Amino acid sequence: MTAAIEVRDLRFAYPDGREALRGVDLAVGQGERVALLGPNGAGKTTLALHLNGLLEPASGEVLIGGLALSEETVTDIRRRVGLVFQDPNDQLFMPTVAEDVAFGPANLGLRGEELDAVVADALERVGASELARRPPHHLSGGEKRLAALATTLAMEPEILVLDEPGSGLDPAGRRMLVETLAGLDVTLIVITHDLPFALELCPRSVVMDGGRVVADMPTRELLARPDLLAEHRLELPYGFTLAHD
Amino acid sequence: MGAGHAHALYVHEHSPIHAASPEAKVAAVLLFVLSVAITPPLQAWAFGVYAVLLASALVVGRIPLRFFLLRLVGILPFILLALMVPFVGSGERIDLGWVSVSREGLWAAWGIIAKATLGAGAAIVLVATTEVPAVLAGLRTLKVPSVLVAIAGFMIRYLELIADEMGRMRQAMTARGHDPRWLWQARPIASASGALFVRAYERGERVHSAMMARGYTGEMPVLEERETPVASWLAVLAGPMVAAVVAVIAVVGS
Ligand SMILES: Nc1ncnc2c1ncn2[C@@H]1O[C@H](COP(=O)(O)OP(=O)(O)O)[C@@H](O)[C@H]1O
Ligand SMILES: [Mg+2]
Repeated sequence: MTAAIEVRDLRFAYPDGREALRGVDLAVGQGERVALLGPNGAGKTTLALHLNGLLEPASGEVLIGGLALSEETVTDIRRRVGLVFQDPNDQLFMPTVAEDVAFGPANLGLRGEELDAVVADALERVGASELARRPPHHLSGGEKRLAALATTLAMEPEILVLDEPGSGLDPAGRRMLVETLAGLDVTLIVITHDLPFALELCPRSVVMDGGRVVADMPTRELLARPDLLAEHRLELPYGFTLAHD
Repeated sequence: MGAGHAHALYVHEHSPIHAASPEAKVAAVLLFVLSVAITPPLQAWAFGVYAVLLASALVVGRIPLRFFLLRLVGILPFILLALMVPFVGSGERIDLGWVSVSREGLWAAWGIIAKATLGAGAAIVLVATTEVPAVLAGLRTLKVPSVLVAIAGFMIRYLELIADEMGRMRQAMTARGHDPRWLWQARPIASASGALFVRAYERGERVHSAMMARGYTGEMPVLEERETPVASWLAVLAGPMVAAVVAVIAVVGS
């Protein structure tokens, strides 16, 4: 079976010359759930933007479902890879939440009742149906997160990439997010600093630092390696212990 | 405006104007403003009729007079500018004792002030009785090109965000002992606004990325079309149609 995501020796520098990716290699299987960890500035967001063709690599390759990302395939790949941005304010730009959720599927050609149904369904999946008619700027931080997730789910992506989806959520919102994401039939990449969240959701963890992948192992194993965690500025919450089985 | 929100322009009330369809209201405001704009300043009676029409809209829309006047302060700079016209105007002069003013200039100033007040007043009635998303939907229904509506929507959406960011910056400064009570004491704010513009620019790029990520190709999708019954169109347009008739009479009669 072809990998859902394959990244080969990916390098990228921002226009100001900063090298954000210095040779990233990564393969993710269909339906896998992977946590992408690492300190601020490690290059996680930059990698996420490459997975959906929003940045163009200086060298290296991105393959989605075996299909190499290029100018011809980028439209198709954007439909298959859903990206939830780090700041939901970047993602919510329409006058109401419902219109925002409708934006993606409408771009794919959906209209009328079919579109309404997709929008209602996406909002329901994140438990945000009552936000439909609200303007995004009146929502709380957590509500914005849920709405932003709904805008992407509405496009029925095969691969979902979430950039720090947990920040700003209260404990109930966080639990709801874990349940929602765990229930999706997609390949999942979750960028996060929240290690218990990673453990709950993702059997596998990839650690980035300095524009490279520096560790790739089962999440449970990673959390049992204080040396690795400390080296890459990752921390478990105070008092957190791994249950032994 | 601190943590102020979009509600600042909206009056939470239930009135026939609140309930009317947004596209009819947008069209009504356009018609009213157009009528006011073409009326020659010399036809003072016409402006009296407009003022009565606007006042009845305030009453029917349950917009408190205080709220209305506070929002109207926004046109003060135009009024000040207009007040200078009589002093610099040419033609026949009127002697006011210690200073003389131009007759033509006086009429011009009166025209500018009356038109600005009535035009802004109509706009205030619109946004006080219609939420922003509905105004945008109204523009779309009126077949205003979707790109223009989208731009208007983005401007409102992100102006609020920037205002919020500015409010937060101000709070952060106040928390550290700065007290920018007056505009001219706000030098740190002025230098911070440089940072604000950079942030706004970068935000624009990220929003564009987010749109591309969801299949945007440069054309805003048209989402819905609703029909407004003719009767409701007529009800909302009644006032502005009176204004239009008055304007025609005023133009022809001058
Ligand atoms: N738009 C940009 N322009 C220039 N440098 C950037 C930009 N965005 C990020 N960077 C830099 O690239 C590096 C990687 O950033 P990023 O991918 O956002 O890291 P992470 O998401 O892991 O915190 C950082 O050093 C960051 O400062
Ligand atoms: Mg990041």
